[in-house]
Amino acid sequence: MTAETQQQASPANAVVLQILMGVLALGALLATAFSPDPLFRLQGWIFLGAFVIAGAVLTIGIANGQFQNDQTKYEDGVVRAGVIATLFWAAVGMLVGVVIASQLAWPRIFYFPDFGWLNFGRLRPLHTSGVVFAFGGNALLCTSFYVVQRTCRARLAGGLAPWFVFWGYQLFIALAAIGYLAGITEGREYAEPEWIADIWLTVVWVAYLLVFLGTIWKRKEPHIYVANWFYLAMIVTVAMLHIVNNISLPISFLNHKSYSAFAGVQDALTQWWYGHNAVGFFLTAGFLAIMYYFVPKRAERPVYSYRLSIVHFWSLIFIYIWAGPHHLHYTALPQWTQTLGMTFSVMLWMPSWGGMINGLMTLSGAWDKLRTDPVIRMMTVAIAFYGMSTFEGPLMSIRTVNALSHYTDWTIGHVHSGALGWVGFISFGAIYCLVPWLWKKERMYSNTLIEWHFWIATIGILLYIAAMWVSGIMEGLMWREYTPQGFLAYSFVETVAAKHIENVIRVIGGLMYLSGTLIMVVNVWKTIAMPSSVRQVESSGPAAALSAQA
Amino acid sequence: MWKQHGKLERHSLLLVLGILVVVAIGGLVEITPLFFLESTIEKVDGMRPYTPLEQAGRDIYVREGCYLCHSQMIRPLRDEVERYGHYSLAAESMYDHPFQWGSKRTGPDLARVGGKYSDAWHVAHLTDPRSVVPESVMPPYAFLAKKELDESDIQLKLAALTRVGVPYTKADIAHAKADLEAQADATASGTGLHQRYGTKVIQRDYDGNPEKITEMDALIAYLQMLGGLVDFRTYKADSPENMR
Repeated sequence: MTAETQQQASPANAVVLQILMGVLALGALLATAFSPDPLFRLQGWIFLGAFVIAGAVLTIGIANGQFQNDQTKYEDGVVRAGVIATLFWAAVGMLVGVVIASQLAWPRIFYFPDFGWLNFGRLRPLHTSGVVFAFGGNALLCTSFYVVQRTCRARLAGGLAPWFVFWGYQLFIALAAIGYLAGITEGREYAEPEWIADIWLTVVWVAYLLVFLGTIWKRKEPHIYVANWFYLAMIVTVAMLHIVNNISLPISFLNHKSYSAFAGVQDALTQWWYGHNAVGFFLTAGFLAIMYYFVPKRAERPVYSYRLSIVHFWSLIFIYIWAGPHHLHYTALPQWTQTLGMTFSVMLWMPSWGGMINGLMTLSGAWDKLRTDPVIRMMTVAIAFYGMSTFEGPLMSIRTVNALSHYTDWTIGHVHSGALGWVGFISFGAIYCLVPWLWKKERMYSNTLIEWHFWIATIGILLYIAAMWVSGIMEGLMWREYTPQGFLAYSFVETVAAKHIENVIRVIGGLMYLSGTLIMVVNVWKTIAMPSSVRQVESSGPAAALSAQA
Repeated sequence: MWKQHGKLERHSLLLVLGILVVVAIGGLVEITPLFFLESTIEKVDGMRPYTPLEQAGRDIYVREGCYLCHSQMIRPLRDEVERYGHYSLAAESMYDHPFQWGSKRTGPDLARVGGKYSDAWHVAHLTDPRSVVPESVMPPYAFLAKKELDESDIQLKLAALTRVGVPYTKADIAHAKADLEAQADATASGTGLHQRYGTKVIQRDYDGNPEKITEMDALIAYLQMLGGLVDFRTYKADSPENMR
């Protein structure tokens, strides 16, 4: 811990933030008052409410002399808030997933003609954004804020700025989520939020980058730890992707609607350049950072290979960017672009497995913990799923395989083996580590509940992806099946009907995974309610891992 | 080499710069040529911007998230061409902001759905999909027929689309509202709609309710023109300039 004991006399950044909230609230009020567009006014009200509440909280806090910035302590409040937000959005996002899976399994029960906003088309972005950006995003926010402080031995930079990032990000999620239900969308997958939410996210994201970099600049360690390379790559690249992909023209500055600056084939490739790298950087690089801190920490072993981490870091981020066109095989995209995309997708297999090997082999000498520690087991299974889906991905990116798999449920199965297996499990593992550390407890409330979570969720994933493999390959084969006379063998709707059983199994798998998450919520709740341990549980940074770098 | 990497680990701005350079290359090489290479989009006869009513319908298609279950991109594979029609050309989505190629076929491809079914079938199907296709898993869209189309911002929409590259003329924008209303009215004549958008534009009361112009009118107007613009009699798929 730092020896610095200087206290900031006046929380200047709080006052600045308070004034900013006032100005923004006024702006939101005016925009809401003058807009003829009801959906824009809805967004305006959300902004206004958020800014007014933030302004009020800041005013009360400043009046009571809060927001002191004690440089001798880590800023863990925002990490605790992030853990809770991660759990909350995990439950919401996965619940919406179960609902839309049920709609496809039992359309006569789960659709309501009078409530169009509950239709699949509006709930599906809510599910994808809910799990990717709300659950995954908050997991990245809170773990990165924790990891960067410990590995730099410095308090988060910027005073209240981390809190601005946290609440600003929640505001973005609220804007996007309520917007989807109301019909506000740009209509491009995983980039659905409209222009005003996009601008807000850009502001928040730049603040995030500055807080993260600012903390690195304050570091007491000479070297930047490997996890932070991955977090930085995630933050920087997501900023680039988000800004370029969302270049669009609002039809009026008081209207929610905008049109993409690009059209047709250019729009398609820009979007999948973004879409694939949302996977590559948000869901891969960011969560590899989690792996690089929490696996060595929990296993009490150094990272397996420093050189491997260098090679696979640079090759991973270089090659990933090229892989987008494999989402557009056999489309009107020029073939040279498709071929480039396919080539780099196949090459991507190697750096991906470099990361898997580095994660798994970190357990060398600690393999016995797989038996005794369900958290280690969870993170190990996560890495195994990472390896599995980064093998499956290159396979599916080969044009002839893609001819069968594209447009089918196979893609959905592939995504979920990565999302549920890799992203979900590595996040859960990190949270099970973090909660006792953050709330100063000796351990989680119940190891048995973690075991239950692990097994229910694992079986849920297997049911889910097996069902989607079967239905995806089946429908792909049925679409191209010919009768001996040379006619198409099946009408489209026959292939829809054939998938009913798989759709039901998917609901069961998803429900099991959601149940596991709810078990975790209970376990975390009970842990926080436990009396704090007398012994100070202070983690001082991954000393073992750092020594491996020297 | 390993020693050199230490520099990046000690200088955060070098690290950030390195990351930015490395991640920028792929996109620059793959995406930017698409804006300059003339072979990217085929030269075809028949493409025109959407009429105001069709564009309004397209916006509803986007709003309801139809692209999440329906593709608009027929691949040049034997079964797809036989099931859906001629494979899709890049030119056919050149005025699409945003593109709606889709990535999933929970329902069938819609790139050439125009003219395949009657307006009445579409109304029945959108209102209650399982009344005409019992096995369907599609959500019901009955509310579209009740909801009057918001025409107030149609000029703004066309103007914004012009600024991102759709070749609407000043007259197109000035008459946007009149053209929108004319297209949904089977009896309207002499309105200039066909002058501006061509004689093949379908003009009729799509939802069968002459009382008002609904969102159902707009959506069906869009669906009924999908895939029918390019004149494939004059398109030579085998000629060298179209080999891509």
